[in-house]
Amino acid sequence: MTTQTTAQPQPGATTGGSPRGTGFGGLLRAEWTKFRSVRGWVIGMILAALLMVFIGVFAAANSNIGCQINGGPPKSGKACVPPIPHGPGGEVVNDSFSFVHQPLTGNGSITARVTSLTGEHADLTGGPVQVGNGPGMVPGLGPWSKAGIIVKQSTKPGSAYAAMMVTGSNGVRMQYNYTQDAAGMPGKVSAAHPRLLRLTRSGDTITGLDSADGVHWTRVGTAQLTGLPATVQVGMFATSPGYVVTQNSFGGSSNQGGPSQATGVFDHVSLTPAAAGGTWTGTGIGGGGPVAGPGGGPSGRPFTRAGGTFTVTGSGDIAPVTPGPGSGYPTVTVEQSLAGAFLGLIAIVVVAAMFFTVEYRRGLIRTTLAATPRRGAVLAAKAVVIGAVAFVTGLVASALSVAVGVPKEENQGQVLLTVPALTEVRVIVGTAAVLALAAVFAVALGAVLRRSAAAITVAVVTVVLPFLLAGLNIVPSGVGTWLLRLTPTAGLAIQQSIPRYPQVTSVLSPVRGYYPLSPYAGFAVLCLWAAAALGLAFVLLRRRDA
Amino acid sequence: MSTAAQTQPAATLTTSVRGGTRLGYALQAEWTKLRTVSGPAWLLIGAAALTIAVSTAAVGATRCPQGMMCPIDTTKLSLTGVQFGQAVVAILAVLVISNEYSTGMIRVTLAAMPGRHAVLAAKAILVTALVLVAGAVAVFGSVLAGHLILPGHGFTSARGFHSVWLSYGPALRAASGSVLYLALISLLSLGVAVVVRDSAVAIGTVLALLYLFPILLAFIGNAHWQHRLERWTPTVAGLTIQDTTGLRSLAITPWAGLGVLALWAAGALLAGGLAFRLRDA
Repeated sequence: MTTQTTAQPQPGATTGGSPRGTGFGGLLRAEWTKFRSVRGWVIGMILAALLMVFIGVFAAANSNIGCQINGGPPKSGKACVPPIPHGPGGEVVNDSFSFVHQPLTGNGSITARVTSLTGEHADLTGGPVQVGNGPGMVPGLGPWSKAGIIVKQSTKPGSAYAAMMVTGSNGVRMQYNYTQDAAGMPGKVSAAHPRLLRLTRSGDTITGLDSADGVHWTRVGTAQLTGLPATVQVGMFATSPGYVVTQNSFGGSSNQGGPSQATGVFDHVSLTPAAAGGTWTGTGIGGGGPVAGPGGGPSGRPFTRAGGTFTVTGSGDIAPVTPGPGSGYPTVTVEQSLAGAFLGLIAIVVVAAMFFTVEYRRGLIRTTLAATPRRGAVLAAKAVVIGAVAFVTGLVASALSVAVGVPKEENQGQVLLTVPALTEVRVIVGTAAVLALAAVFAVALGAVLRRSAAAITVAVVTVVLPFLLAGLNIVPSGVGTWLLRLTPTAGLAIQQSIPRYPQVTSVLSPVRGYYPLSPYAGFAVLCLWAAAALGLAFVLLRRRDA
Repeated sequence: MSTAAQTQPAATLTTSVRGGTRLGYALQAEWTKLRTVSGPAWLLIGAAALTIAVSTAAVGATRCPQGMMCPIDTTKLSLTGVQFGQAVVAILAVLVISNEYSTGMIRVTLAAMPGRHAVLAAKAILVTALVLVAGAVAVFGSVLAGHLILPGHGFTSARGFHSVWLSYGPALRAASGSVLYLALISLLSLGVAVVVRDSAVAIGTVLALLYLFPILLAFIGNAHWQHRLERWTPTVAGLTIQDTTGLRSLAITPWAGLGVLALWAAGALLAGGLAFRLRDA
């Protein structure tokens, strides 16, 4: 039919000058017509979007956990959420530590020598810990147990700060405003190898220096704390994040946690300019004093002083809250409202695989290739059409899921880890892009395998099953981590809204939104898979007879 | 069966119909269909090989260092591969019926054997029998891997771990139950495929049934819904048959869990039988 109509206006054009409608634009239109004229596929896509939103919102609205505070009546919803501070950047943070402080007005500096950092953590070998009345604590220092000096806007949790510290096994660090972290001198601190730390304030700029001997000083980092008031609190601090043991086993309930505390010993503490009559005050910021009960800090106070030597003991952390069992709070992330993406993915993969395989089943492929002998172009047109359809479907569905689901998450008795709007956009658009790439992957597999059952199974098993196996701890965590790096599932990392911070020990858990690869690296892995499948399909399509 | 066909080469259609029941005739026809294409055999071998390979990998990657508590169900760990093998089993069961629809063979089949229930029953019986055999091989291989590898990785009886072997009652229940589990998954898939007919849609539906509920369960914190999903979804409830530790904390007992899967399979087959009977091919 097309040959007739094109033959009429240019009857002599037999060779050269491709007939109208067979350029790539025409191919796209042909494939789009094939897609939209199959009612089942269009309905399938709409169904995919609806189910995706339904399941996402259902999961978000039913992720609630109950709680019982201090033996009171059982509660649920917002009543369970402890008051959580937000840092200067708007992120949810932990801000609890023992603080030995005095005010400092105007510019100045604080210097202190740390001669020892020790710690205790809950004894988890004998089952769950009862804080305050168990056999208590055993010696042990966490990798990010820390003690040092700090300049802080105020004693209010969540206020801006800059700190120099020694850590359990990460050497000297300078950290400020919760998310920032820079490395200083390596090695552990001891009486033989003390560490001198110094913070200097000049306007809004805080400079951190470290030294082993008090003579040679090295700059570790510089913090800009905009809007710092004239009078700030300066002093010594100690804190230690919760102790978590992860067991590799089935079912996901494999994390045990308990409190821990760190004790730092300071001497040669000097403040310039020396405040007239300044006295050191001990405060447990955000409930960050020593762990109560037997084995707690010396006489349960944040610090003791003997002459010029201060011993500071505290627990908690000064760091952003991250998802997963390491955080100490039950947390919920934006991307957890996108649980329905898996169903959307299966539906889209089914349609995408069929988009190619039905041509083989019906013999339509011979007509298609007779009309367009450039086989690569046919494959490309199909990939573009199905990718675009999947992207639009996914975009609508994930935007709706987040818009409806996230407000529901706030009422689930968990701490919603809010993110900047741009991150939310990346999560939504990224989810749509993952669905589009999965569709391209599936259409290419359809061209390679020619059988829809095989293509669909390979696509679903490689994208969905690794998530299931790693997320539910069905395989040991080492294996699960590699699955999340190497398989197409890695692309789901684009949904991760909370970044991984080197200064926070976090447990990888895709269900809670934590992947081993960074969002864009994971996305690139999925892109590679889709590209490899397309390449293979391109080669086979040209080599094989249809 | 092939020998029977050989010894009576001249036997006409009427004698074999008279000689056997309708079901026997259908069984013979379906068996011929299954064994004369290479697909089903490869899928069965693939299901067993994949199950054993994944189980062995899971067992090989798990260690219990000295001084650590390892709350690991060693029997269940050894049977990890069933999670993968079930996908292949599902494909086999779907293709047994949907291939006939995609090639138009179903019209020949139904012209030759108008008794539609007999056709479906023959398919179900044969698929079940084949999956039981392949499943037994797969599960035995997985148990053997656990039995041989785990003691060397710190899971010794001195530390309170039962040897993963069929002489241990719960392990025997988990192993034989896993074989039955695979057979029930194949029946569920067959039922879905009869209703849906198209292989692509059927595979998508079955894979969603197999893998979606466990994922949903991971995202839901609500205890009531968790309990419901653990009790009533086909794979989550069905796989409790593999649990040998912490049985008290299960939402459903192992055999009852397998029973729930059996209900799903029965429901799917019933729906498939009705659709098969009522619809034109």
